Amino acid sequence: MSGEAYVLLEDGARFDGTACGADTHAVGEVVFTTSMSGYQEAMSDPSYAGQLIAFTYPQMGNYGVSARAMESDRAHARAAIMRAAVDYDDAPNAQGGWLTWLKAQGVAAITDLDTRALVRHIRDAGAMRGGVFPATVAEAEARALLEREPPMAGRDLAREVTPPTPRQVAASGSESPVHVAMIDTGVKRSIVEQLTQRGVELTLYPCTVSAETLLAAGPDAIFLANGPGDPAALGYVVDTVRGLVGRKPVYGICLGHQLLCRALGLQTYKLPFGHHGANHPVKDLASGRTEITSQNHGFAVLGPDGQGRIDGDQPVRWETDFGAAQLSHVNLYDRTVEGLALLDVQGATIQYHPEAGPGPHDSLYLFDRFVDEIRSSR
Amino acid sequence: MPRRNDLHKILLIGSGPIVIGQAAEFDYSGTQAARVLMQEGYEVVLVNSNPATIMTDPEVATTTYVEPLDPRTVTRIIERERPDALVATLGGQTALNLAKRLHEDGVLERFGVELIGAKIDAIERGEDRDLFRATMQAAGLRVPRSAIAHTLAEARAAVAEIGLPVIIRPAFTLGGAGGGVLRDMAQFDAVIGRGLEASPISQILIDESVLGWGEFELEVMRDSTDNVVIVCAIENIDPMGVHTGDSVCVAPQQTLPDHLYQRLRDQAITVIRAIGVETGGSNVQFAVNPATEEIMVIEMNPRVSRSSALASKATGFPIAKIAARLAVGYTLQEITNDITRATPASFEPAIDYCVVKWPRFAFEKFPGAEQELTTHMKSVGEAMAIGRTFRQAFAKALRSRELDAAVSFPSDDEQLLELVAAPGAERFDHLLEALRRGHSVAALEALTQINPWFLRELEALVRDPDAVFAGQRTFKSVDTCAAEFAAQTPYFYSAWERPRPAGPDGRPLAAGEVTRGSRPSVVILGSGPNRIGQGIEFDYCCVHAAQTVRESGRDAVMINCNPETVSTDYDTSDRLYFEPLTLPDVLGVCEIERPEGVILQFGGQTPLKLAAGLRDAGIPILGTTTDAIDLAEDRARFGRLLDELGYRAPPYAAVATPEEALERAPEVGFPLLVRPSYVLGGRAMEIVYSVDGLRDYLRRVGVIGAAGADGGPRIYLDRFLEDSVEVDVDALCDGERVWIAGIMQHVEEAGIHSGDSACVLPPHSLGDEMLEQIREQAAGIARALGVVGLLNVQFAIHAGSGLHVIEANPRASRTVPFVSKAIGLPVAKLACRLMLGTKLDELDLPDEVATGHVCVKEAVLPFDRFAGTDALLGPEMRSTGEVMGIARDFPTAFAKAQAAAGARLPRSGTVFVSVADRDKSAATAIATQIHDMGFELLATSGTAKALARMGIPARRVNKLSEGSPHVVEAIGRGEVDLVINTPVGTGARSDGYEIRAAAVAHRIPCITTMSGAIAAIRAIAAATHGEPEVISLQELYAQPRAGL
Repeated sequence: MSGEAYVLLEDGARFDGTACGADTHAVGEVVFTTSMSGYQEAMSDPSYAGQLIAFTYPQMGNYGVSARAMESDRAHARAAIMRAAVDYDDAPNAQGGWLTWLKAQGVAAITDLDTRALVRHIRDAGAMRGGVFPATVAEAEARALLEREPPMAGRDLAREVTPPTPRQVAASGSESPVHVAMIDTGVKRSIVEQLTQRGVELTLYPCTVSAETLLAAGPDAIFLANGPGDPAALGYVVDTVRGLVGRKPVYGICLGHQLLCRALGLQTYKLPFGHHGANHPVKDLASGRTEITSQNHGFAVLGPDGQGRIDGDQPVRWETDFGAAQLSHVNLYDRTVEGLALLDVQGATIQYHPEAGPGPHDSLYLFDRFVDEIRSSR
Repeated sequence: MPRRNDLHKILLIGSGPIVIGQAAEFDYSGTQAARVLMQEGYEVVLVNSNPATIMTDPEVATTTYVEPLDPRTVTRIIERERPDALVATLGGQTALNLAKRLHEDGVLERFGVELIGAKIDAIERGEDRDLFRATMQAAGLRVPRSAIAHTLAEARAAVAEIGLPVIIRPAFTLGGAGGGVLRDMAQFDAVIGRGLEASPISQILIDESVLGWGEFELEVMRDSTDNVVIVCAIENIDPMGVHTGDSVCVAPQQTLPDHLYQRLRDQAITVIRAIGVETGGSNVQFAVNPATEEIMVIEMNPRVSRSSALASKATGFPIAKIAARLAVGYTLQEITNDITRATPASFEPAIDYCVVKWPRFAFEKFPGAEQELTTHMKSVGEAMAIGRTFRQAFAKALRSRELDAAVSFPSDDEQLLELVAAPGAERFDHLLEALRRGHSVAALEALTQINPWFLRELEALVRDPDAVFAGQRTFKSVDTCAAEFAAQTPYFYSAWERPRPAGPDGRPLAAGEVTRGSRPSVVILGSGPNRIGQGIEFDYCCVHAAQTVRESGRDAVMINCNPETVSTDYDTSDRLYFEPLTLPDVLGVCEIERPEGVILQFGGQTPLKLAAGLRDAGIPILGTTTDAIDLAEDRARFGRLLDELGYRAPPYAAVATPEEALERAPEVGFPLLVRPSYVLGGRAMEIVYSVDGLRDYLRRVGVIGAAGADGGPRIYLDRFLEDSVEVDVDALCDGERVWIAGIMQHVEEAGIHSGDSACVLPPHSLGDEMLEQIREQAAGIARALGVVGLLNVQFAIHAGSGLHVIEANPRASRTVPFVSKAIGLPVAKLACRLMLGTKLDELDLPDEVATGHVCVKEAVLPFDRFAGTDALLGPEMRSTGEVMGIARDFPTAFAKAQAAAGARLPRSGTVFVSVADRDKSAATAIATQIHDMGFELLATSGTAKALARMGIPARRVNKLSEGSPHVVEAIGRGEVDLVINTPVGTGARSDGYEIRAAAVAHRIPCITTMSGAIAAIRAIAAATHGEPEVISLQELYAQPRAGL
């Protein structure tokens, strides 16, 4: 399909382009990512479930698609919004063309669209619902479709991406394995790989798993995965986590970080247009080093003073239901919370994506840190 | 960590004259650094021999030395200024090499000067091939199999082990000079010999070939707390094998999947840490095999480079500015991103557009030179284009090149494909033509090893060139963050987008991002890619124009497409449009700027070509009218004007056809200076002595003439005045009154292009009466043309017939920066004020300025880059840059200029003299002096005999044609310290040609005119009185001034 198509936002803004994906429309929350590579990783990242991704980098599909770039078994983002997408399949090591893949995944896509104008609008007006529609869908009809789509705030999307039954992944390292139970709210393959490479034997549980089940399995630690949607809508997972903190070391990344914080009694809030990209500087307050990080989240944790911004590079503290927690990482772009260390119980959280996939590798040390802690706490 | 308070005075070394491999980008980086350090409250001592730089403007640093960049001179400056620290990482290879020498000589230690930025051990690890390789291997990185050789024998053994083809890289050279590819053993002696010769330490690296692999460069920055960021990843579209300066490049990288790019990123970080660059920017070059995903580290520059200037312009991340802050203690987190003004510099720019850089070549200036592109850089400039897509950027870059003539294609496909396969200046033009003719991407990939993504994009561009620019033109900003944050810095490019994005209430949403205040704007047109004849001098003038426009309360709007320059620094103007300098592109900017006027006078020939089109579009042109420009450019009209004024000019004819040229030539009279119309830098200009010579010229350059003006005259014939002295005048005029800024006397006689000739200000051998006549005629012409702004007039003073007007250019000339530095007044700024409506009376200028010093400008020639071409001066300009020597007397100033140009005159040793018959009598006079100063004279038979007759002893040496042992061998053995050789024959294989080529190859000063030789001998004599003193511009200008 390559007819005219358009993006319509819930505030009525409309951007025209050319359809280039599956022969369908898509609605959801429109977000943008500033990452300049890793388009296939983004589309297959379960954290993007329910979202339409506008890629700020204009050239998409340059190196085709390959199995190794999959962050899960399928595309989760609902649409790709692009400026200049191609379907060449003769890139070295490509296993197929990008647009062919999008179509095969049943994902709507639009190209030739002024993505920068769209992104500037979202930056100013905030992320909102929107859709990609073929020109054959009248605007009024599109508007109706948008209104039927629930807004992102308050949305439980983890249930849509969590596995139906537990699944085990063996450790690939040579060390004696540690056992980690993960609440799989939509984990990325890269996280699984980073853990198993470090000798972690992982059991991935559906997000509806109970604390009792997890404790009964006797893991060395609990890991809370990344995933889509609003952490505030996952009260049942938060309850589960409250039953684990203090009994087992608990670690969380991205949505997992937000869920653990909520379990501690902290608040989360929706960012105006989220962080999606591969260039945000984050400071590790312990080492003083700045890392360039992979980011993908629409919600964040409030600071101890109830504000979104943390001024200064001090490791400020929260008094939580489980003792003190200390800021370990802060975003140098907008000064938001990027990670916590739990001081009175064992555990830590990271808001961004140390596993990269896509993005820089500056933060891989966190997996060493987490796994070493788990190992030494056994 | 905050600012270092233990430092007070910092020495900053510039990069000297513009040469291939080291151009205006170091003025950009040096100027940024100097300004930052001044803002931070440090005293800045700056040294650079190049007067056409913004960094040497006296207000940029505390103390500015326009002095030769050699260890002796810089030592004297250190001794005098006692700086606490030296920054050597912002002045290219020149500054780095100098710092290394100053360290080795113990100067830095003796005077307690700390090297900041990169320490000496990091410089050595980065620069010394052997150490570099060991460092990389220790860090676990792969480098090509490699060996170091110091001799031909060592090289032979190494090549046997590594296997052909191999890449040759000499140590400590700039732009890869002397490097090359050895594909077959028949070339062994030539290629290896050249490499060993080029290295000041006779060391070459012989590398396993990675020809055909992808070439990537990462720009890396590190701070003192070991935070590292990658500013930009640049991909060379040309695979490995072509020097990155000669490659068509794209930013950001396009073809690496994320996992592979991240491995490159990891390795770049490992490299900067292993080399140990403490703070600042570095450039790391990789070869990547896209199929096997093998990565090899090729090289790293532990300093700001040409690529970092490109990366800064491509991303909006000002590498040099930040490197300067890092050098004095700040960390990346402590520095604010200029563009967002809300986020720190410790981030990696996100780009939402494509950038394409094209090299600009000048092979037409160097007939006979090897034109294949190799690892030895040959381009003289570059153009950059920004587009929303790769295709937009590529197409814009194509038109930014401003080629003099359309590329012609062989009709035979096989020949065309050969041109596609061999990397050359026009490779991509040939590639596009091959695609147009239907050759497949797969076939072209096999031929070129260019990544198929690029080929497919080019195929799409060829298939539907109009589709690329479909939709509406909008202006988007370069904001370092892909619109994630609001940008404060107005740096724009045009993008073609789908029209009418609709806003929430159904009203159109602004696609463009230009916001204008209430101040009127003035558009300044830059000079485009550097080329021979149009270089940094014009950018200097454009920057001054922008500064003046801003000071006048208007918004300065700059349009240019040259990433190397200060004019394309977004700090220079109120709004920068990075656009090609074509009429439609400029009109696109005018459409949204609605400027009060456009300034065309400062960007060389480039903006002038747009004058008529802009006028016809109703855009007001500030200053001299387009008609006056035409009046000066049109030889017939100008000739009539001179007649009316009663000024003498050489007889001339302007003709339309070659037949007419042959017919009219005898009436003009031989010798003739012939050139096509509307040229800059004497392009295709030659002196012919006979009808046969003219016929030969017309046959050779006929094609170029055909590309000339529409229906107007295409060829100019001027009588050439032999044995005359040339004079250049730069003047200001407000339409009524005229002010003479400077009169420069050329050192070389008429017939040498003014851009290649040394000149002296004030004139060293002209009488008051002649000077008065020159002033009077320059002023007369200015008034008659109605010049508002700058005028340059060239005169020739013929021994017999007196003063002649050669030409007048109502625009900034190449000499404006030199004159400004010499007289201590900003001539371009003053001109700009006149163009904005100020009258000369209001400027309160002295009658004419003299500083009590003599200033000499000397040209720097790139003959060492173009093996095969004759190293001779002529009417066609071939210099790439210039230097300035300042002293109390002419000989000393001349000696300084020679030293600054890299041809330090010897104080003792052997001088080889071989001159044309007409020069024999002058030569004997010089030879006497040479002998009296204690030099040994070496001469071929004819000259030796002439000298013997005058009783001057000279050792006789064989001409080349007389067989071994001959003069070329003597030069090769290092037995000659200075060559004086005036041309008899210019053809390849002539004796003179070989002598000059040998001198160039062995870096021996080679003087090819008698007047140049006379000046050189005076300079050598002056040098016997001891080392010349150094003087800063600030001291110079503080001296009492007298009328000339």
